[in-house]
Amino acid sequence: MEHKKTIKGNASLGMLLLKGRTFIALALLVIYFSFSAPNFMEWSSIVLLVKHASLYGLLAIGMTMVIITGGIDLSVGAVVGLSAMIAGGLMTEGIRLPFIAGTIYPNVPLILLIVCLMAIFVGLVSGALIAKVRVPAFIATLGAMYVCRGFAMLRSGGATFPNLFGKKELGNIGFDIIGAGSLVGIPYIIIVFIVLAIIASFIMKKTPLGNQIYAVGGNERAAVISGIKTVRVKLFVYMFSGFCAALAGIIKASELRAAHPATGESWEMIAISSVVLGGTSMSGGVGSIGGTIIGVLVITVLNDGMIMMGVSTFWQMVIKGVVIIAAVIIDLVQKDLQNKAALAARIK
Amino acid sequence: MKQERTPIMLAKNITKVYPGTTALKDVDFEVFPGCVNVLVGENGAGKSTLMKILAGIEKPTKGEIFLEGKKITLHNTREASDLGVSIIHQELNMFPDMKVSDNMFAGNEISRFGVVDRREQYKKAREVLERLQQDIDPGEIMRNLRVGQQQVVEIAKTMLQKELKVLIMDEPTSSLSQAEVEVLFKLIEDLKAQGIAIIYISHRLEEVIRIGDVITILRDGERVANANISDIDIHWIIEQMVGHTKLSIEKPPYKGEKQELLKVENFCLPRLCGGYTVDHVSFTLHKGEVLGIYGLMGAGRTELVESLMGLHPESSGNIVLDGEPITKPSVCDQIARGMVIVPEDRQKDGLVQTMSIADNATLTSIPRFTHNGVIDKQASRNAVDVVVEEMQVKVADVRHLITSLSGGNQQKVVIGKCVMAKPKVFIMDEPSRGIDVGAKTDIFRLMRGFAADGMGVIFVGSELKELISVCDRILVMSNGLLTADLSGDEITEDALVKASAAALKTGKSA
Repeated sequence: MEHKKTIKGNASLGMLLLKGRTFIALALLVIYFSFSAPNFMEWSSIVLLVKHASLYGLLAIGMTMVIITGGIDLSVGAVVGLSAMIAGGLMTEGIRLPFIAGTIYPNVPLILLIVCLMAIFVGLVSGALIAKVRVPAFIATLGAMYVCRGFAMLRSGGATFPNLFGKKELGNIGFDIIGAGSLVGIPYIIIVFIVLAIIASFIMKKTPLGNQIYAVGGNERAAVISGIKTVRVKLFVYMFSGFCAALAGIIKASELRAAHPATGESWEMIAISSVVLGGTSMSGGVGSIGGTIIGVLVITVLNDGMIMMGVSTFWQMVIKGVVIIAAVIIDLVQKDLQNKAALAARIK
Repeated sequence: MKQERTPIMLAKNITKVYPGTTALKDVDFEVFPGCVNVLVGENGAGKSTLMKILAGIEKPTKGEIFLEGKKITLHNTREASDLGVSIIHQELNMFPDMKVSDNMFAGNEISRFGVVDRREQYKKAREVLERLQQDIDPGEIMRNLRVGQQQVVEIAKTMLQKELKVLIMDEPTSSLSQAEVEVLFKLIEDLKAQGIAIIYISHRLEEVIRIGDVITILRDGERVANANISDIDIHWIIEQMVGHTKLSIEKPPYKGEKQELLKVENFCLPRLCGGYTVDHVSFTLHKGEVLGIYGLMGAGRTELVESLMGLHPESSGNIVLDGEPITKPSVCDQIARGMVIVPEDRQKDGLVQTMSIADNATLTSIPRFTHNGVIDKQASRNAVDVVVEEMQVKVADVRHLITSLSGGNQQKVVIGKCVMAKPKVFIMDEPSRGIDVGAKTDIFRLMRGFAADGMGVIFVGSELKELISVCDRILVMSNGLLTADLSGDEITEDALVKASAAALKTGKSA
């Protein structure tokens, strides 16, 4: 939000409404659904809604950083699926050791570590293709998406790893707690999301890295000439995005107690929509984690609210599409107004 | 051209108000047929606005335009070009991957039954290019042409109209080589002979005097003078343009060799298609001196300083910076060693438009304000305030977007960014481009100040007067070669101009 606040100038009420639009939209949606959808305001459905939002939110946080550098990461949905399948595979089949013809079953923390490292590696490869080889981000991550989804399918031949409870004698129980457990009534999923959001927001606002992420997206060449190591910055955002996707994959598999290779399909689109709704510019340089969190809440409220109201899934799609485009149009209108205001401020 | 002429186009009492500013105040402008009508003025004087109004890109707030005695109202460039008024922009509008003939007919394709008739287009394109006596194949891909040829194609495009009456040219020579300028001037003569009125906008006053017939001078949105070029000279134009403010820079007398700071030997930057953009250049820079590098467009000045900075990995040669030999320069390392650059293109290379003034200023020096991985916002803010004060940047609040500043102040922020990196070698590539006289003087004073503080300043420039009044020594580049190293009394306009053309005669391809 900080970068938006900079152009306060002579903010009229209209401008204020325009700037807080996503938040206002969220409030209006909540009010609307609380009247028209039965059970919407019940505690259990609120928790469920925030759990949904948290899962998508994890992806959207990584995506925000990527988009602020001026890139895009289409592979996150597939990385979710691959992460779930690797976790599921390690739980069910362990690691076969070729020489002693035995199998070891890693414990749950080790599984989490392996999965996260794998996803970070995927991000590293995409990032290197983009920053070093200069493959367009859209293409590099599109390719990564197919490769990851393919490996997810190959892991089990397209089948599901069910019943991921682990066995006491194998020392790998506890996987299902991540998705089901809670701390003082707050599910772990939500806590993970909040912690990650705080970390990401801290990086973006307080560290040189965050500053450099904005600079690379704002004007990459100027960043290079200013001595910013743009390759490192880009590698970081794709690796971070991969890490976020791994968390989402683990949580989903744990929640379902099963890993299915199609997990996370088209989630990258939900993440991108949330980021855009949150006011992040697709051309890079502008945006914030805070905005994305509101964006992901809007998408989830809209989604869950419509389901509760019994709106047909087909209409849901149509409505979501319209909302995203409308949000971008309002964004453009705001930018025009801001440019005019800036021009007026420039020459007294 | 002594006899009374009647203007073909006439703008009367043109006023243009933008939100918060008046770009033009009651300006009259006459355009005579068969003449080169020159329009000059400092940046921000309103030249571009006036020209945009004549070409139908902008609408005047007040005022009238007459073409051949009839009042016209233009809503867009299409309407203007239908009436015979065309414009050639400084940045060429073209489709680099399309053929020359397709470029010329883009938006105006000749079609039969909805299918483009490429053969007919090719034929017509060749006719026009032949009429212009240009050896350009209409089937060639635009990208493969030289800049000068691309410009000829743009001109040819305007000639396709049934009746071209007025042709507006905005800084047509800014990216041309000397040889290409000659071709363009010959073309302009031909157009004049056909009775076409040319509106010629340029900063290069030597050219203006050569090619122009009548001149109109704008200052701060007002017309201050107009005259027949045969009656006036360059000094008169400058006087009218800037009013009576002069560049007054205090320059200490040149003391000769001092402590060596930067030594460059046999520095080369190979060109993609053979030859060198920077051709075995060697020079030294001393502490406390402002070293100018002069040359025409394309002489390799920018490429030289960019390569020193590490922006062109394919460059080669020896660099010794403050006693330390450097083999493969990279930008980050060069900055760490104390070399910084204010790039030529402020918008493209100098600023991050989406960031605030403060964030732009600290871009290079952010590690200095970082403790335990966290930026100390207070410390960086204080440092920014100091620099803003030092650079005399006029700002309301450093948290505002950088784009809220005027060009001169933006440039000062870019300079401030470099100052914050605590440099030893300070390279400024065309630091005075596109900013007003007041800010220019400020920047030149700053340069002298940096030199007085013991830095070595390299000033790449193309305005002779500016270089002469600021620099202790001036190097001249021509066609990639270093052709002169002048200091003290040797620095004269004549010597600089002569050296800047020295290597053009030998190389035919210029």
